[in-house]
Amino acid sequence: MNQADVAWMLVATALVLLMTPALAFFYGGLVRSKNALNTMMMSFVALGVVGIMWALVGYSLAFAPGGALVGNLSRALLRNVGLEPQGSIPHVLFMSYQGTFAIITAALISGAIVERMRFSAYMLFIALWAVVVYAPVAHWVWGGGWLAGLGALDFAGGTVVHVNAGVAALVAAMVLGPRKDFARQAFLPHNVPFTLLGAGLLWFGWFGFNAGSALAASPSAALAFTTTFLAPMGTLVVWTLLDITRNQRVTAVGGATAIVVGLVAITPAAGFISPMSAIALGAIAAVPSYYALLWRVRTRLDDSLDVVAAHGLGGTVGALLTGVFAEKAWNTTTDGLLFGNPAQLGIQAIAVLAAVVYSGAGTFALLKLVALVVPLRAQATEEGLGMDVSQHGEEAYAEGEGAILVLPDRVLSTGASVLATEGGHA
Amino acid sequence: MKLVIAVVRPDRLGAVLEELFRSEVQGVTINRVQGHGGERDQVETYRGTTVKMELSEKVRLEIGVSDHFVEPTVQAILRGARTGEVGDGKIFVVPVEKVFRIRTGEEDQAAVTPVTVGAPG
Repeated sequence: MNQADVAWMLVATALVLLMTPALAFFYGGLVRSKNALNTMMMSFVALGVVGIMWALVGYSLAFAPGGALVGNLSRALLRNVGLEPQGSIPHVLFMSYQGTFAIITAALISGAIVERMRFSAYMLFIALWAVVVYAPVAHWVWGGGWLAGLGALDFAGGTVVHVNAGVAALVAAMVLGPRKDFARQAFLPHNVPFTLLGAGLLWFGWFGFNAGSALAASPSAALAFTTTFLAPMGTLVVWTLLDITRNQRVTAVGGATAIVVGLVAITPAAGFISPMSAIALGAIAAVPSYYALLWRVRTRLDDSLDVVAAHGLGGTVGALLTGVFAEKAWNTTTDGLLFGNPAQLGIQAIAVLAAVVYSGAGTFALLKLVALVVPLRAQATEEGLGMDVSQHGEEAYAEGEGAILVLPDRVLSTGASVLATEGGHA
Repeated sequence: MKLVIAVVRPDRLGAVLEELFRSEVQGVTINRVQGHGGERDQVETYRGTTVKMELSEKVRLEIGVSDHFVEPTVQAILRGARTGEVGDGKIFVVPVEKVFRIRTGEEDQAAVTPVTVGAPG
Protein backbone atom coordinates (compact mmCIF):
# COMPACT_ATOMS: atom_id res chain seq x y z
CA MET A 1 0.00 0.00 0.00
CA ASN A 2 1.34 3.40 -0.95
CA GLN A 3 -0.15 6.43 0.77
CA ALA A 4 0.57 8.83 -2.07
CA ASP A 5 -1.24 6.46 -4.44
CA VAL A 6 -4.19 6.20 -2.05
CA ALA A 7 -4.46 9.98 -1.76
CA TRP A 8 -4.34 10.53 -5.50
CA MET A 9 -6.82 7.76 -6.28
CA LEU A 10 -9.31 9.12 -3.73
CA VAL A 11 -9.22 12.44 -5.55
CA ALA A 12 -9.27 10.82 -9.00
CA THR A 13 -12.38 8.82 -8.13
CA ALA A 14 -14.23 11.96 -7.11
CA LEU A 15 -13.06 13.69 -10.31
CA VAL A 16 -14.41 10.91 -12.54
CA LEU A 17 -17.70 10.85 -10.64
CA LEU A 18 -18.06 14.57 -11.39
CA MET A 19 -17.90 13.81 -15.12
CA THR A 20 -21.40 12.36 -15.08
CA PRO A 21 -23.08 15.56 -13.83
CA ALA A 22 -20.78 17.39 -16.28
CA LEU A 23 -22.12 15.21 -19.08
CA ALA A 24 -25.64 16.09 -17.91
CA PHE A 25 -24.85 19.77 -18.48
CA PHE A 26 -23.11 19.09 -21.79
CA TYR A 27 -26.09 17.12 -23.11
CA GLY A 28 -28.74 19.19 -21.29
CA GLY A 29 -27.71 22.39 -23.01
CA LEU A 30 -27.95 20.82 -26.45
CA VAL A 31 -31.64 19.85 -26.28
CA ARG A 32 -34.81 21.92 -26.39
CA SER A 33 -35.93 23.51 -23.10
CA LYS A 34 -38.95 21.21 -22.79
CA ASN A 35 -36.57 18.22 -22.60
CA ALA A 36 -33.78 19.72 -20.49
CA LEU A 37 -34.52 17.90 -17.22
CA ASN A 38 -35.19 14.58 -18.92
CA THR A 39 -31.87 14.74 -20.74
CA MET A 40 -29.95 15.71 -17.61
CA MET A 41 -31.72 13.04 -15.56
CA MET A 42 -30.60 10.38 -18.04
CA SER A 43 -27.05 11.06 -16.85
CA PHE A 44 -27.92 11.60 -13.19
CA VAL A 45 -29.99 8.42 -12.88
CA ALA A 46 -27.01 6.39 -14.08
CA LEU A 47 -25.28 7.45 -10.84
CA GLY A 48 -27.97 5.39 -9.12
CA VAL A 49 -28.87 2.36 -11.18
CA VAL A 50 -25.52 1.70 -12.83
CA GLY A 51 -23.60 2.33 -9.61
CA ILE A 52 -25.74 -0.18 -7.72
CA MET A 53 -25.55 -2.78 -10.50
CA TRP A 54 -21.79 -2.33 -10.42
CA ALA A 55 -21.62 -3.13 -6.71
CA LEU A 56 -24.02 -6.07 -7.03
CA VAL A 57 -22.51 -7.93 -9.99
CA GLY A 58 -20.80 -5.63 -12.50
CA TYR A 59 -17.54 -5.27 -10.62
CA SER A 60 -17.21 -9.00 -10.19
CA LEU A 61 -17.88 -9.77 -13.87
CA ALA A 62 -15.31 -7.17 -14.89
CA PHE A 63 -12.51 -7.62 -12.38
CA ALA A 64 -12.88 -10.94 -10.57
CA PRO A 65 -10.62 -13.75 -11.79
CA GLY A 66 -12.32 -15.84 -14.42
CA GLY A 67 -11.93 -16.77 -18.05
CA ALA A 68 -10.71 -14.79 -21.03
CA LEU A 69 -14.21 -13.46 -21.69
CA VAL A 70 -15.70 -12.56 -18.33
CA GLY A 71 -14.91 -12.61 -14.62
CA ASN A 72 -16.54 -15.00 -12.20
CA LEU A 73 -18.98 -14.12 -9.40
CA SER A 74 -16.48 -14.37 -6.55
CA ARG A 75 -16.69 -10.57 -5.99
CA ALA A 76 -20.48 -10.31 -6.41
CA LEU A 77 -22.19 -8.25 -3.68
CA LEU A 78 -18.68 -6.95 -2.99
CA ARG A 79 -17.66 -10.15 -1.26
CA ASN A 80 -13.88 -10.27 -0.79
CA VAL A 81 -13.64 -6.57 -1.61
CA GLY A 82 -12.12 -5.13 1.52
CA LEU A 83 -9.28 -2.94 2.73
CA GLU A 84 -6.59 -5.30 1.47
CA PRO A 85 -4.37 -3.88 -1.28
CA GLN A 86 -5.36 -4.18 -4.91
CA GLY A 87 -2.15 -3.02 -6.54
CA SER A 88 -0.99 -0.27 -4.20
CA ILE A 89 -4.43 1.00 -3.12
CA PRO A 90 -7.22 -0.51 -1.00
CA HIS A 91 -9.49 -2.88 -2.91
CA VAL A 92 -12.63 -0.88 -2.03
CA LEU A 93 -11.08 2.23 -3.58
CA PHE A 94 -10.18 0.34 -6.76
CA MET A 95 -13.77 -0.91 -6.98
CA SER A 96 -15.19 2.61 -6.50
CA TYR A 97 -12.83 4.09 -9.06
CA GLN A 98 -13.81 1.53 -11.70
CA GLY A 99 -17.49 2.03 -10.82
CA THR A 100 -17.34 5.67 -11.88
CA PHE A 101 -16.26 4.48 -15.34
CA ALA A 102 -19.22 2.13 -15.68
CA ILE A 103 -21.58 4.97 -14.71
CA ILE A 104 -20.35 7.50 -17.25
CA THR A 105 -20.06 4.95 -20.05
CA ALA A 106 -23.75 4.02 -19.69
CA ALA A 107 -24.73 7.69 -19.41
CA LEU A 108 -22.87 8.53 -22.64
CA ILE A 109 -25.31 6.39 -24.64
CA SER A 110 -28.22 8.63 -23.65
CA GLY A 111 -27.10 11.32 -26.11
CA ALA A 112 -28.34 9.18 -28.99
CA ILE A 113 -31.88 8.69 -27.71
CA VAL A 114 -32.77 11.98 -26.01
CA GLU A 115 -36.15 13.70 -26.42
CA ARG A 116 -38.00 10.46 -27.12
CA MET A 117 -37.02 7.42 -25.02
CA ARG A 118 -39.39 6.40 -22.21
CA PHE A 119 -37.56 6.98 -18.94
CA SER A 120 -38.44 3.64 -17.34
CA ALA A 121 -37.22 1.79 -20.44
CA TYR A 122 -34.00 3.79 -20.34
CA MET A 123 -33.33 2.95 -16.69
CA LEU A 124 -33.91 -0.74 -17.29
CA PHE A 125 -31.71 -0.65 -20.38
CA ILE A 126 -28.66 0.99 -18.79
CA ALA A 127 -28.92 -1.24 -15.70
CA LEU A 128 -28.70 -4.32 -17.94
CA TRP A 129 -26.18 -2.80 -20.33
CA ALA A 130 -23.69 -2.02 -17.57
CA VAL A 131 -23.67 -5.69 -16.56
CA VAL A 132 -24.09 -7.47 -19.88
CA VAL A 133 -22.04 -5.25 -22.21
CA TYR A 134 -19.77 -2.97 -20.19
CA ALA A 135 -18.50 -5.44 -17.60
CA PRO A 136 -17.28 -8.11 -20.06
CA VAL A 137 -15.54 -5.58 -22.31
CA ALA A 138 -13.84 -4.05 -19.25
CA HIS A 139 -12.74 -7.57 -18.31
CA TRP A 140 -11.24 -8.18 -21.76
CA VAL A 141 -8.98 -5.15 -21.49
CA TRP A 142 -8.38 -4.49 -17.78
CA GLY A 143 -9.52 -7.61 -15.93
CA GLY A 144 -7.03 -10.03 -17.40
CA GLY A 145 -9.14 -10.99 -20.40
CA TRP A 146 -8.18 -11.89 -23.94
CA LEU A 147 -7.47 -8.38 -25.28
CA ALA A 148 -5.03 -7.77 -22.43
CA GLY A 149 -3.38 -11.09 -23.34
CA LEU A 150 -3.15 -9.98 -26.96
CA GLY A 151 -1.28 -6.83 -25.91
CA ALA A 152 -3.94 -4.28 -26.87
CA LEU A 153 -3.19 -0.84 -25.43
CA ASP A 154 -6.06 1.01 -23.79
CA PHE A 155 -4.77 3.27 -21.07
CA ALA A 156 -8.04 4.71 -19.76
CA GLY A 157 -10.82 3.25 -21.86
CA GLY A 158 -10.83 4.31 -25.51
CA THR A 159 -12.25 0.93 -26.49
CA VAL A 160 -13.92 -0.05 -23.22
CA VAL A 161 -15.65 3.28 -22.69
CA HIS A 162 -15.85 5.29 -25.88
CA VAL A 163 -15.99 2.81 -28.74
CA ASN A 164 -18.30 0.70 -26.59
CA ALA A 165 -20.69 3.59 -25.79
CA GLY A 166 -20.45 4.99 -29.33
CA VAL A 167 -21.54 1.73 -30.95
CA ALA A 168 -24.28 1.23 -28.36
CA ALA A 169 -25.47 4.74 -29.20
CA LEU A 170 -25.54 3.97 -32.92
CA VAL A 171 -27.60 0.83 -32.37
CA ALA A 172 -29.93 2.54 -29.88
CA ALA A 173 -30.58 5.45 -32.27
CA MET A 174 -31.42 2.99 -35.05
CA VAL A 175 -33.65 0.77 -32.91
CA LEU A 176 -35.61 3.70 -31.44
CA GLY A 177 -35.89 5.58 -34.70
CA PRO A 178 -35.77 9.34 -35.16
CA ARG A 179 -37.72 11.93 -33.13
CA LYS A 180 -41.14 12.64 -34.57
CA ASP A 181 -40.20 16.00 -36.07
CA PHE A 182 -36.74 14.88 -37.20
CA ALA A 183 -35.67 16.44 -40.52
CA ARG A 184 -38.87 18.54 -40.58
CA GLN A 185 -38.05 20.91 -37.75
CA ALA A 186 -34.82 22.43 -36.56
CA PHE A 187 -33.85 21.25 -33.08
CA LEU A 188 -31.84 24.07 -31.56
CA PRO A 189 -29.75 23.85 -28.39
CA HIS A 190 -31.63 25.72 -25.65
CA ASN A 191 -28.65 26.65 -23.50
CA VAL A 192 -25.21 26.72 -25.13
CA PRO A 193 -23.56 28.08 -21.93
CA PHE A 194 -24.63 24.82 -20.19
CA THR A 195 -22.86 22.90 -22.94
CA LEU A 196 -19.67 24.93 -22.50
CA LEU A 197 -19.87 24.48 -18.73
CA GLY A 198 -20.30 20.75 -19.24
CA ALA A 199 -17.33 20.55 -21.60
CA GLY A 200 -15.16 22.43 -19.11
CA LEU A 201 -16.16 20.20 -16.20
CA LEU A 202 -15.64 17.10 -18.35
CA TRP A 203 -12.09 18.19 -19.08
CA PHE A 204 -11.49 18.78 -15.35
CA GLY A 205 -12.91 15.38 -14.44
CA TRP A 206 -11.01 13.72 -17.26
CA PHE A 207 -7.71 14.36 -15.45
CA GLY A 208 -9.00 11.85 -12.90
CA PHE A 209 -10.17 9.54 -15.67
CA ASN A 210 -6.86 9.42 -17.56
CA ALA A 211 -4.20 10.24 -14.98
CA GLY A 212 -6.09 8.13 -12.44
CA SER A 213 -5.87 5.17 -14.79
CA ALA A 214 -2.23 4.89 -13.84
CA LEU A 215 -3.70 3.69 -10.51
CA ALA A 216 -0.81 5.38 -8.78
CA ALA A 217 0.71 8.79 -8.05
CA SER A 218 3.42 7.98 -10.55
CA PRO A 219 5.36 9.36 -13.52
CA SER A 220 2.91 7.47 -15.73
CA ALA A 221 0.05 9.44 -14.14
CA ALA A 222 1.95 12.66 -14.81
CA LEU A 223 2.38 11.70 -18.46
CA ALA A 224 -1.33 10.84 -18.79
CA PHE A 225 -2.17 14.14 -17.09
CA THR A 226 0.01 16.06 -19.53
CA THR A 227 -1.33 14.38 -22.66
CA THR A 228 -4.89 14.98 -21.38
CA PHE A 229 -3.89 18.62 -20.98
CA LEU A 230 -2.44 18.95 -24.48
CA ALA A 231 -4.46 16.73 -26.84
CA PRO A 232 -7.81 18.57 -26.56
CA MET A 233 -5.94 21.82 -27.23
CA GLY A 234 -4.77 20.39 -30.53
CA THR A 235 -8.31 19.29 -31.35
CA LEU A 236 -9.77 22.66 -30.38
CA VAL A 237 -7.32 24.58 -32.58
CA VAL A 238 -7.90 22.37 -35.63
CA TRP A 239 -11.67 22.43 -35.06
CA THR A 240 -11.73 26.23 -34.95
CA LEU A 241 -9.66 26.37 -38.15
CA LEU A 242 -12.07 23.96 -39.85
CA ASP A 243 -14.96 26.13 -38.65
CA ILE A 244 -13.29 29.26 -40.04
CA THR A 245 -12.54 27.75 -43.44
CA ARG A 246 -16.06 26.35 -43.69
CA ASN A 247 -18.15 29.39 -42.70
CA GLN A 248 -15.81 32.10 -41.38
CA ARG A 249 -17.10 31.70 -37.82
CA VAL A 250 -15.87 29.82 -34.77
CA THR A 251 -18.85 28.24 -33.05
CA ALA A 252 -19.27 27.66 -29.31
CA VAL A 253 -21.07 24.34 -29.72
CA GLY A 254 -18.25 23.32 -32.05
CA GLY A 255 -15.63 24.32 -29.48
CA ALA A 256 -17.35 22.34 -26.73
CA THR A 257 -17.60 19.34 -29.05
CA ALA A 258 -13.94 19.63 -30.04
CA ILE A 259 -12.82 19.47 -26.41
CA VAL A 260 -14.80 16.28 -25.88
CA VAL A 261 -13.48 14.72 -29.11
CA GLY A 262 -9.90 15.52 -28.09
CA LEU A 263 -10.44 14.03 -24.64
CA VAL A 264 -12.00 10.90 -26.09
CA ALA A 265 -9.15 10.45 -28.56
CA ILE A 266 -6.35 10.80 -26.00
CA THR A 267 -8.03 8.41 -23.54
CA PRO A 268 -6.57 5.13 -24.87
CA ALA A 269 -3.19 6.73 -25.53
CA ALA A 270 -2.84 8.89 -22.42
CA GLY A 271 0.03 7.12 -20.64
CA PHE A 272 1.64 5.62 -23.72
CA ILE A 273 2.67 8.52 -25.98
CA SER A 274 4.87 11.60 -25.77
CA PRO A 275 3.40 15.05 -25.10
CA MET A 276 4.16 16.25 -28.65
CA SER A 277 2.53 13.12 -30.06
CA ALA A 278 -0.52 13.97 -27.93
CA ILE A 279 -0.85 17.33 -29.67
CA ALA A 280 -0.62 15.60 -33.06
CA LEU A 281 -3.11 12.94 -32.00
CA GLY A 282 -5.60 15.56 -30.81
CA ALA A 283 -5.17 17.58 -33.99
CA ILE A 284 -5.68 14.57 -36.27
CA ALA A 285 -8.71 13.36 -34.32
CA ALA A 286 -10.57 16.61 -35.02
CA VAL A 287 -10.89 15.92 -38.73
CA PRO A 288 -12.91 12.69 -38.98
CA SER A 289 -15.30 13.70 -36.19
CA TYR A 290 -15.82 17.17 -37.68
CA TYR A 291 -16.86 15.77 -41.05
CA ALA A 292 -18.84 12.91 -39.52
CA LEU A 293 -21.00 15.50 -37.73
CA LEU A 294 -21.67 17.33 -40.98
CA TRP A 295 -22.47 14.10 -42.77
CA ARG A 296 -24.73 12.70 -40.04
CA VAL A 297 -27.27 15.53 -40.17
CA ARG A 298 -27.91 14.76 -43.81
CA THR A 299 -28.85 11.15 -43.01
CA ARG A 300 -31.92 9.64 -41.35
CA LEU A 301 -29.82 8.63 -38.36
CA ASP A 302 -31.10 10.61 -35.37
CA ASP A 303 -28.05 10.17 -33.15
CA SER A 304 -29.35 13.34 -31.57
CA LEU A 305 -26.27 14.60 -29.74
CA ASP A 306 -23.71 12.88 -31.99
CA VAL A 307 -22.39 10.24 -29.63
CA VAL A 308 -21.24 8.18 -32.61
CA ALA A 309 -19.16 10.96 -34.17
CA ALA A 310 -17.66 12.15 -30.88
CA HIS A 311 -17.20 8.93 -28.92
CA GLY A 312 -17.47 6.09 -31.42
CA LEU A 313 -15.33 7.67 -34.11
CA GLY A 314 -13.15 9.71 -31.72
CA GLY A 315 -12.53 6.57 -29.66
CA THR A 316 -11.68 4.52 -32.73
CA VAL A 317 -9.26 7.11 -34.06
CA GLY A 318 -7.67 7.40 -30.62
CA ALA A 319 -7.32 3.64 -30.22
CA LEU A 320 -5.71 3.28 -33.66
CA LEU A 321 -3.40 6.25 -33.18
CA THR A 322 -2.30 4.73 -29.88
CA GLY A 323 -0.86 1.95 -32.03
CA VAL A 324 0.91 4.58 -34.12
CA PHE A 325 2.32 6.96 -31.49
CA ALA A 326 3.08 4.55 -28.60
CA GLU A 327 6.69 5.02 -27.56
CA LYS A 328 8.71 2.75 -25.28
CA ALA A 329 10.81 5.71 -24.19
CA TRP A 330 7.70 7.08 -22.46
CA ASN A 331 5.75 3.96 -21.44
CA THR A 332 8.62 1.44 -20.94
CA THR A 333 6.69 -1.43 -22.56
CA THR A 334 5.45 -0.96 -26.10
CA ASP A 335 6.33 0.86 -29.30
CA GLY A 336 3.84 1.78 -32.02
CA LEU A 337 4.02 2.03 -35.81
CA LEU A 338 6.14 5.20 -35.85
CA PHE A 339 8.69 3.61 -33.55
CA GLY A 340 9.20 0.39 -35.45
CA ASN A 341 6.33 -1.82 -34.31
CA PRO A 342 3.61 -1.81 -37.01
CA ALA A 343 2.01 -4.96 -35.53
CA GLN A 344 0.66 -2.86 -32.65
CA LEU A 345 -1.66 -1.03 -35.05
CA GLY A 346 -3.18 -4.38 -36.06
CA ILE A 347 -3.70 -5.38 -32.43
CA GLN A 348 -5.41 -2.04 -31.78
CA ALA A 349 -7.70 -2.63 -34.77
CA ILE A 350 -8.65 -6.08 -33.44
CA ALA A 351 -9.55 -4.55 -30.06
CA VAL A 352 -11.75 -1.90 -31.68
CA LEU A 353 -13.42 -4.45 -33.93
CA ALA A 354 -14.14 -6.79 -31.02
CA ALA A 355 -15.75 -3.97 -29.03
CA VAL A 356 -17.80 -2.88 -32.06
CA VAL A 357 -19.16 -6.36 -32.71
CA TYR A 358 -19.89 -7.28 -29.10
CA SER A 359 -21.35 -3.92 -28.10
CA GLY A 360 -23.47 -3.75 -31.27
CA ALA A 361 -24.95 -7.21 -30.83
CA GLY A 362 -25.36 -6.93 -27.05
CA THR A 363 -27.02 -3.53 -27.22
CA PHE A 364 -29.44 -4.68 -29.92
CA ALA A 365 -30.43 -7.78 -27.95
CA LEU A 366 -30.91 -5.83 -24.71
CA LEU A 367 -33.08 -3.17 -26.36
CA LYS A 368 -35.29 -5.88 -27.87
CA LEU A 369 -35.51 -7.53 -24.46
CA VAL A 370 -36.47 -4.28 -22.71
CA ALA A 371 -39.07 -3.62 -25.41
CA LEU A 372 -40.84 -6.84 -24.39
CA VAL A 373 -41.37 -5.39 -20.90
CA VAL A 374 -41.99 -1.70 -21.57
CA PRO A 375 -42.26 0.30 -24.83
CA LEU A 376 -38.95 1.96 -25.64
CA ARG A 377 -40.46 5.21 -26.86
CA ALA A 378 -42.72 7.74 -25.22
CA GLN A 379 -46.02 8.37 -27.02
CA ALA A 380 -45.98 11.00 -29.77
CA THR A 381 -48.16 13.35 -27.70
CA GLU A 382 -45.76 13.04 -24.76
CA GLU A 383 -42.88 13.82 -27.10
CA GLY A 384 -44.77 16.87 -28.36
CA LEU A 385 -45.59 18.11 -24.87
CA GLY A 386 -41.99 17.59 -23.81
CA MET A 387 -40.30 14.84 -21.86
CA ASP A 388 -39.85 16.95 -18.71
CA VAL A 389 -43.56 17.24 -18.05
CA SER A 390 -44.55 13.87 -19.51
CA GLN A 391 -41.83 11.70 -17.91
CA HIS A 392 -41.01 13.58 -14.73
CA GLY A 393 -43.95 15.88 -13.94
CA GLU A 394 -41.53 18.78 -13.62
CA GLU A 395 -40.37 21.67 -15.76
CA ALA A 396 -36.81 22.95 -16.02
CA TYR A 397 -37.96 26.55 -16.24
CA ALA A 398 -41.32 26.71 -14.45
CA GLU A 399 -42.76 30.23 -14.25
CA GLY A 400 -45.24 29.25 -11.56
CA GLU A 401 -48.05 31.26 -13.17
CA GLY A 402 -51.35 29.46 -12.86
CA ALA A 403 -49.88 26.82 -10.55
CA ILE A 404 -52.47 25.83 -7.97
CA LEU A 405 -51.34 24.10 -4.80
CA VAL A 406 -52.90 20.69 -4.36
CA LEU A 407 -53.35 20.04 -0.65
CA PRO A 408 -53.28 16.42 0.45
CA ASP A 409 -56.76 16.50 2.07
CA ARG A 410 -58.59 18.09 -0.85
CA VAL A 411 -59.23 16.74 -4.29
CA LEU A 412 -59.47 19.63 -6.69
CA SER A 413 -61.19 19.29 -10.01
CA THR A 414 -61.23 22.37 -12.21
CA GLY A 415 -59.74 25.79 -12.10
CA ALA A 416 -63.11 27.43 -11.56
CA SER A 417 -63.96 25.34 -8.50
CA VAL A 418 -60.55 26.02 -6.97
CA LEU A 419 -60.99 29.74 -7.34
CA ALA A 420 -64.49 29.51 -5.89
CA THR A 421 -63.20 27.51 -2.92
CA GLU A 422 -60.39 29.87 -2.24
CA GLY A 423 -62.73 32.82 -2.61
CA GLY A 424 -64.51 31.67 0.52
CA HIS A 425 -67.62 30.03 -0.91
CA ALA A 426 -66.91 26.57 0.37
CA MET B 1 -59.60 43.44 -44.02
CA LYS B 2 -59.66 40.99 -41.19
CA LEU B 3 -57.35 40.14 -38.31
CA VAL B 4 -56.95 36.41 -37.85
CA ILE B 5 -55.95 35.55 -34.28
CA ALA B 6 -55.00 31.96 -33.61
CA VAL B 7 -53.97 30.32 -30.32
CA VAL B 8 -52.11 27.05 -30.99
CA ARG B 9 -49.88 24.49 -29.29
CA PRO B 10 -46.21 25.56 -29.18
CA ASP B 11 -45.05 22.30 -30.71
CA ARG B 12 -47.39 22.83 -33.69
CA LEU B 13 -46.00 26.29 -34.46
CA GLY B 14 -43.48 24.99 -36.97
CA ALA B 15 -46.16 23.09 -38.87
CA VAL B 16 -48.53 26.10 -38.82
CA LEU B 17 -45.87 28.44 -40.20
CA GLU B 18 -45.01 25.92 -42.86
CA GLU B 19 -48.66 25.70 -43.94
CA LEU B 20 -49.04 29.50 -43.89
CA PHE B 21 -46.01 30.08 -46.08
CA ARG B 22 -47.19 27.36 -48.43
CA SER B 23 -50.50 29.25 -48.71
CA GLU B 24 -48.53 32.44 -49.44
CA VAL B 25 -49.50 34.11 -46.20
CA GLN B 26 -46.36 36.02 -45.30
CA GLY B 27 -47.09 38.61 -42.63
CA VAL B 28 -47.43 37.14 -39.16
CA THR B 29 -46.74 38.21 -35.59
CA ILE B 30 -46.39 35.64 -32.84
CA ASN B 31 -46.39 35.74 -29.04
CA ARG B 32 -45.77 33.10 -26.46
CA VAL B 33 -48.79 33.17 -24.18
CA GLN B 34 -50.35 31.14 -21.39
CA GLY B 35 -53.97 30.22 -21.25
CA HIS B 36 -56.62 27.90 -19.98
CA GLY B 37 -58.89 25.94 -22.25
CA GLY B 38 -60.65 22.63 -21.89
CA GLU B 39 -57.56 20.48 -21.64
CA ARG B 40 -56.72 18.29 -18.68
CA ASP B 41 -54.55 20.02 -16.12
CA GLN B 42 -50.94 18.98 -15.86
CA VAL B 43 -49.90 17.84 -12.37
CA GLU B 44 -46.34 18.54 -11.30
CA THR B 45 -44.52 17.71 -8.07
CA TYR B 46 -41.54 19.50 -6.53
CA ARG B 47 -40.21 17.96 -3.30
CA GLY B 48 -43.61 16.90 -2.06
CA THR B 49 -45.36 20.05 -3.22
CA THR B 50 -47.93 19.02 -5.78
CA VAL B 51 -49.35 21.65 -8.09
CA LYS B 52 -51.82 21.67 -10.92
CA MET B 53 -50.78 23.84 -13.80
CA GLU B 54 -54.00 25.65 -14.65
CA LEU B 55 -52.34 27.58 -17.44
CA SER B 56 -50.70 25.88 -20.37
CA GLU B 57 -48.19 27.25 -22.81
CA LYS B 58 -49.61 28.37 -26.14
CA VAL B 59 -48.52 30.45 -29.08
CA ARG B 60 -50.71 33.28 -30.34
CA LEU B 61 -50.48 34.30 -33.97
CA GLU B 62 -51.87 37.53 -35.41
CA ILE B 63 -52.25 37.85 -39.13
CA GLY B 64 -53.74 40.85 -40.93
CA VAL B 65 -55.25 39.75 -44.26
CA SER B 66 -57.46 41.07 -47.04
CA ASP B 67 -60.94 39.52 -47.15
CA HIS B 68 -60.30 36.92 -49.84
CA PHE B 69 -57.25 35.67 -47.94
CA VAL B 70 -59.20 34.85 -44.77
CA GLU B 71 -60.26 31.40 -45.90
CA PRO B 72 -56.82 30.14 -47.06
CA THR B 73 -55.27 31.52 -43.88
CA VAL B 74 -57.77 29.78 -41.61
CA GLN B 75 -57.47 26.53 -43.54
CA ALA B 76 -53.69 26.64 -43.31
CA ILE B 77 -53.82 27.10 -39.53
CA LEU B 78 -56.35 24.27 -39.16
CA ARG B 79 -54.12 21.93 -41.15
CA GLY B 80 -51.00 22.83 -39.24
CA ALA B 81 -52.35 23.03 -35.69
CA ARG B 82 -54.78 20.15 -35.46
CA THR B 83 -53.80 17.03 -33.50
CA GLY B 84 -57.35 15.95 -32.60
CA GLU B 85 -56.72 16.17 -28.86
CA VAL B 86 -58.35 18.68 -26.52
CA GLY B 87 -56.11 21.71 -26.30
CA ASP B 88 -55.46 22.32 -30.00
CA GLY B 89 -56.51 25.97 -29.61
CA LYS B 90 -58.82 28.51 -31.28
CA ILE B 91 -58.96 30.76 -34.31
CA PHE B 92 -60.72 34.11 -34.13
CA VAL B 93 -61.46 36.26 -37.18
CA VAL B 94 -62.17 39.88 -36.31
CA PRO B 95 -62.92 42.89 -38.51
CA VAL B 96 -60.27 45.56 -38.89
CA GLU B 97 -61.16 49.22 -39.24
CA LYS B 98 -57.93 50.58 -40.67
CA VAL B 99 -54.46 49.32 -41.56
CA PHE B 100 -51.33 51.35 -42.26
CA ARG B 101 -47.98 50.20 -43.56
CA ILE B 102 -45.52 52.29 -41.61
CA ARG B 103 -42.74 52.29 -44.21
CA THR B 104 -44.81 53.78 -47.06
CA GLY B 105 -47.94 55.11 -45.43
CA GLU B 106 -50.04 52.81 -47.63
CA GLU B 107 -53.47 52.11 -46.23
CA ASP B 108 -55.90 49.20 -45.96
CA GLN B 109 -55.84 46.74 -48.85
CA ALA B 110 -52.47 47.95 -50.11
CA ALA B 111 -51.00 47.75 -46.62
CA VAL B 112 -51.80 44.06 -46.14
CA THR B 113 -50.77 43.02 -49.65
CA PRO B 114 -47.31 41.49 -49.48
CA VAL B 115 -44.52 43.31 -51.27
CA THR B 116 -43.41 41.23 -54.23
CA VAL B 117 -40.09 39.54 -53.73
CA GLY B 118 -37.16 41.52 -55.01
CA ALA B 119 -38.84 44.93 -54.73
CA PRO B 120 -36.65 47.55 -53.09
CA GLY B 121 -37.00 48.11 -49.37
